[in-house]
Amino acid sequence: MEKLINDFSFGLFIWQIILFVSLLLLLRKFAWKPILNAVNDREDGIKDALAAAEEAKKEMQNVTADSEKLLKEARAEREAMLKEAREIKNTIVSDAKELAQTEGDKMIKQAQAAIESEKKAAVADIKNQVANLSVEIAEKVIKEELSDKSKQLKFVEGLLGDIKLN
Amino acid sequence: MHRFLRHDYLSYMPAKFSIKKISILLLLVSFVSVAQHHDATETDHNASIIEAPELSFKEKIKADINHHIQDSHSFTFFSDSEKNKHYGFSLPVILWDNGVQLFSSSKFHHGETVAENNGNYYALYHSKIYKTDAKGTIDYDGEHHVSNVKPIDFSITKNVVMIFVTCVLMFLLFGGLAKSFGKGPIASGAGRFFEPIVLYIRDDIARPSIGEKKYKKYMPYLLTVFFFVWFLNLFGLTPLGVNVTGNIAVTVALALLTFVITQFSGNKNYWKHIFWMPGVPWPMKIILAPIELMGVFIKPFALLIRLYANIMAGHIVLMSIIGLIFIFQNWIGGALSLFLAFFLSIIELLVAALQAYIFTLLSALYFGFAVEEHEHEEAH
Repeated sequence: MEKLINDFSFGLFIWQIILFVSLLLLLRKFAWKPILNAVNDREDGIKDALAAAEEAKKEMQNVTADSEKLLKEARAEREAMLKEAREIKNTIVSDAKELAQTEGDKMIKQAQAAIESEKKAAVADIKNQVANLSVEIAEKVIKEELSDKSKQLKFVEGLLGDIKLN
Repeated sequence: MHRFLRHDYLSYMPAKFSIKKISILLLLVSFVSVAQHHDATETDHNASIIEAPELSFKEKIKADINHHIQDSHSFTFFSDSEKNKHYGFSLPVILWDNGVQLFSSSKFHHGETVAENNGNYYALYHSKIYKTDAKGTIDYDGEHHVSNVKPIDFSITKNVVMIFVTCVLMFLLFGGLAKSFGKGPIASGAGRFFEPIVLYIRDDIARPSIGEKKYKKYMPYLLTVFFFVWFLNLFGLTPLGVNVTGNIAVTVALALLTFVITQFSGNKNYWKHIFWMPGVPWPMKIILAPIELMGVFIKPFALLIRLYANIMAGHIVLMSIIGLIFIFQNWIGGALSLFLAFFLSIIELLVAALQAYIFTLLSALYFGFAVEEHEHEEAH
């Protein structure tokens, strides 16, 4: 212990304190802070890059899943559209059919009615003509018959002869 | 009670096996080096009594080691003792002795002459400067201690130079690293090598010890102290022959900073745990208060002694083993010592990093205790 105290040099102690503290302050300002900050920044950068890579990977997975989903959706939509189209087609066809049917029926009925009325008119016309003709013929016949008086008288005599007065 | 046990950092360590292993290894290494140090000095001592002719040579090695581990007023790379020539450069001496006394350390001629400045005479004795007269008389008191006046010594010594060099080096390295980060997220240049260590200190020392919320405030201190201690430990292993972190004044200064930061960041909870431990019966609270209070001072004291003793012991052992090469003066002993010195140098490399790590980790743990929030008081 005595040797230690004897070896202790106060001057060296002071120099050591002065030099070491100034070294500490200088290095703190010009070396340690920039170095540690740079290292920290670098580590943060690496961490960020890793996180970004992970994020990108997840995003990729999401995108794949999304596209798959979209594909499925598109397929379903196509199915639905096809189905709908088919349905529309069916309804259109059936509607058309129905419409045609009713329209046809209506037309037939109209035609029938027309035919009926034409027929009636024709029949009436024919009846008239027949009546006219009959009358004319009868007129002519009667005229003919009546033109020959002797004959008439003969005929009437014949007729009168047939009639037996009972 | 549990809190007291937790002060042992081994039991408190987050369940990280590797850190535990390293800590245990560290303890083993430090025990081994201290033990070897004792052995070395004891055998040395015994040998010097039995074999008189070898004494001077061994004494010289011992003096060399002592000289090496101490701070010096001149920067000597190597010296030729036969020609008495020293290769290096002188450093300024700054003394406070009735005003500032400033002169070059070359005036001492490596402790051989008395330096004169403004009519005052100073002598270098065991690497310390004493005030003396023109003849350089050194007086001793009854217990063989120098009784000369010791002026306060603010000299730019070898250690101060090395601290300054380390500061400049660190500023260039980490300033460069910061600048390279300004250009992009990837560091470039020499600082790049230290980036993982910075991250390690943040993620494995500061975050688990202090907590996610508050660790940021302490990062500059922890990083500075880690690299400062580590670099100086490594400089100590170079042939420059500096021993900065094995100098008690340096470790005291570092531990004092940790202590001051800890006390200033202490929250209500921290002080409550020291003076009025929650969750124990009141007689225990009274007993625990002085123990906890002592712990506040013992913690940084252990910190400074651990670093000082480990680095000092490492230097002594390594130098002793290198000295053995010259003592053996034969092929087998020399080769063995060389191998041992090589092996120990590698261990010292490990210890250099480990001691820096331990100092940083313990500082972080102390800061962690100071800012800890207890949401579940009943757990005690």
